[in-house]
Amino acid sequence: MDDSILLAHGSGGKLSHELVEKKFLPFLANPALNKLDDSAIFEASGRLAFTTDGYVVNPIFFPGGDIGKLAVCGTVNDLAMNGAKPLYLSLSAIIEEGFLLSELERIVQSIKKAVEEAEVSIITGDTKVVNRGQADKLFITTSGVGIISPGVDISGANARAGDKVLLSGTIGDHGIAIMSQRAGLKFSMTLKSDCAPLNKLVSQMLDISSRIHCMRDPTRGGLATTLNELARQSKVGIVVEETKIPVKEEVKAACELLGLDPIYVANEGKLVAIVDPADADKILARMRKNRYGRDAAIIGEVTKEHPGKVVMKTKLGPSRIVDMLSGELLPRIC
Amino acid sequence: MCLAVPVKIVSLDGDEAETEIAGVRRRVSIVFTPEAKVGDYVLLHTGYAIGVIDEAEAEETLKLLEEIASLSEVH
Amino acid sequence: MKFIDEYQDSKLARGLARKIAQRSTKTIRVMEFCGGHTHAILRYGIRQLVPKTVEMKSGPGCPVCVTATADLDKAIALAHLPDVIITTFGDMIRVPGSYSSLQKAKAEGADVRIVYSTTDAVEIAKANPVKSVIFIGIGFETTAPTIAASILKAQQEKIENFYVLSLNKLTPPVMKALLDSGEVKLDGIVCPGHVSVIIGSHPYEFIPKDYGVACVISGFEPLDILLCIDKLVEQIEKGESKVEIAYPRGVKPEGNRKARQLMEDIFKIGEANWRGIGIVPQSGLKIRKKYEQFDADKAFSVSLRPPREPKGCRCGDVIRGAATPLECKLFGKACTPESPVGPCMVSSEGACAAYYQYGIPENLQDF
Repeated sequence: MDDSILLAHGSGGKLSHELVEKKFLPFLANPALNKLDDSAIFEASGRLAFTTDGYVVNPIFFPGGDIGKLAVCGTVNDLAMNGAKPLYLSLSAIIEEGFLLSELERIVQSIKKAVEEAEVSIITGDTKVVNRGQADKLFITTSGVGIISPGVDISGANARAGDKVLLSGTIGDHGIAIMSQRAGLKFSMTLKSDCAPLNKLVSQMLDISSRIHCMRDPTRGGLATTLNELARQSKVGIVVEETKIPVKEEVKAACELLGLDPIYVANEGKLVAIVDPADADKILARMRKNRYGRDAAIIGEVTKEHPGKVVMKTKLGPSRIVDMLSGELLPRIC
Repeated sequence: MCLAVPVKIVSLDGDEAETEIAGVRRRVSIVFTPEAKVGDYVLLHTGYAIGVIDEAEAEETLKLLEEIASLSEVH
Repeated sequence: MKFIDEYQDSKLARGLARKIAQRSTKTIRVMEFCGGHTHAILRYGIRQLVPKTVEMKSGPGCPVCVTATADLDKAIALAHLPDVIITTFGDMIRVPGSYSSLQKAKAEGADVRIVYSTTDAVEIAKANPVKSVIFIGIGFETTAPTIAASILKAQQEKIENFYVLSLNKLTPPVMKALLDSGEVKLDGIVCPGHVSVIIGSHPYEFIPKDYGVACVISGFEPLDILLCIDKLVEQIEKGESKVEIAYPRGVKPEGNRKARQLMEDIFKIGEANWRGIGIVPQSGLKIRKKYEQFDADKAFSVSLRPPREPKGCRCGDVIRGAATPLECKLFGKACTPESPVGPCMVSSEGACAAYYQYGIPENLQDF
């Protein structure tokens, strides 16, 4: 095969088949996928969760991951956030003509690792190629199906006054790792994206307690946006304490340099859980035993005051409102 | 205006310097602070060091703040 | 982080807050002239830490907010010219002009790029020799030297396709304009910290001298701002007025001579058009004839429709400190960060954006 993707790789002919058989199948092989039928067939009964997401991250390779890992973890996590055990994923890749095959291989390897860690399978997929300039290197869409055990009822609308708000670890890692790669910002750091599959962490939390009311992963828009979404959906107020929110020193420093607030920076391997106060401590203890929950903390609680609004008690004492992110997160000079 | 962040000079290279803050490194221009030495802290604004931080003054300010805190407690 | 964390200590902050409360007997009004201060004051809840006798007002400290609509319209028009790349600091991109914004222009196909530093703009010019790269030069005295440095660099490296639209403004003249207008009676001024790293403390001396207003130069951490308020209260309680530096680790009375020399080499001082205020004499920087090949105003001409201000927008009043964001009928309703009507809501240093983002819980009913 040549060094880079050609339009012919997407045309459905010989090259297309070669692409799937040589570049995808060997690494993602499983009985359903191997059949290469038009659709994958599986059995499942009970309440199913179904989600989809498109991944257009730029740069496609970043410290701690790449678009492939992100595509798997993002969809696995969306399922996990509703308490579903993720089972199967679909993977659709739209590739720009000229994309290097070596880079595609790297990404598929990354997808393989992520899928293995999350213990899910990609059972169906699609690849298309578009003309140079019509896609920014590579876009991936993954959809996912998961199964929810009976009795599990997790939704953004379930928070109640008195609940505790738990955060699984440090915030801002992913967004800052991505930004550090952007031309012009020119800063270097050892920080890696926190991109990770959280389904096992969630299942461990559910084993400990059935009184987890809400869970959400604070991706775009950061912790602040997620807390606001939950407050609005549940029609409750949320109060958090700034000093309890874990942030890595490198992230703080990068945020200072860019004039950003870490609570608005994206995360790809963290979750917020709103739980019954009676179980908060034991859920926290269990989270901390998982590698993705080592820095977990109780950061606040739910109140019936100021429904739909999030208030933060700042470092120095006074409280302030924390709104959702509006517009894009832009570095400021002032 | 304006965002300027204290960063530490790690090495010098003509009219540029390699600086560091809490593990984050950045190359900055020191055309406005040619007197800066390795180990100095400078205020970084949009890629330029605009001034060298006076560490003695920084200490003095903190001392003053400590005094104020203990005095105002007495009342 | 050194020189940051120590100045966020809550025990020391409480100590300062106590002292200010003990000391402050008269009701006084102080104004900050720096968007960074507006942002920090709201982020750290400074208003809640100082006694009610200290009334704090936000002045024209946000370089994005004070950019005249006509100037922004010009930048947007330049963006639509063929083979032009607009480079700008992030803050500018969403500000609504009379009919559009740089962000809208970008969505319509204009090449508008956000840069973190003026050196990036010069590099973009080097990398795109067939295009004209125009840098939108906003900011005050902290940023002006860096813009001057980019022009010098372009000259030294014989880069012929780099231009600056010079919209840089100066701080002491606008302070004078506001004090002259008498619209807002001030007892003290929280002077900008990093502008003062460049200009030093002497340029503010006319303020206590001619207006009897106390001036204290402040840093940006919460303890710096509280210390500044403490010194302002001390002066005013004693009936004194002078210029003091409450940020001595950063600011020297003589400022940064090298930076000012470069500014003087590249720029000359002229009048500038400040949104909400109008023309303020001797308050803007224009590129000298010697460097006019880099002046976007000389190199390009665009025809503009008359500028218009959005109906009901009180940005001008907010910029001058004559109204707080809460007093604007559009605040939080028609004007939000997602759909901003005026610049004060767009820029993260704008008073309205800061109030919206960091509002204090007592104001919750206003949202």
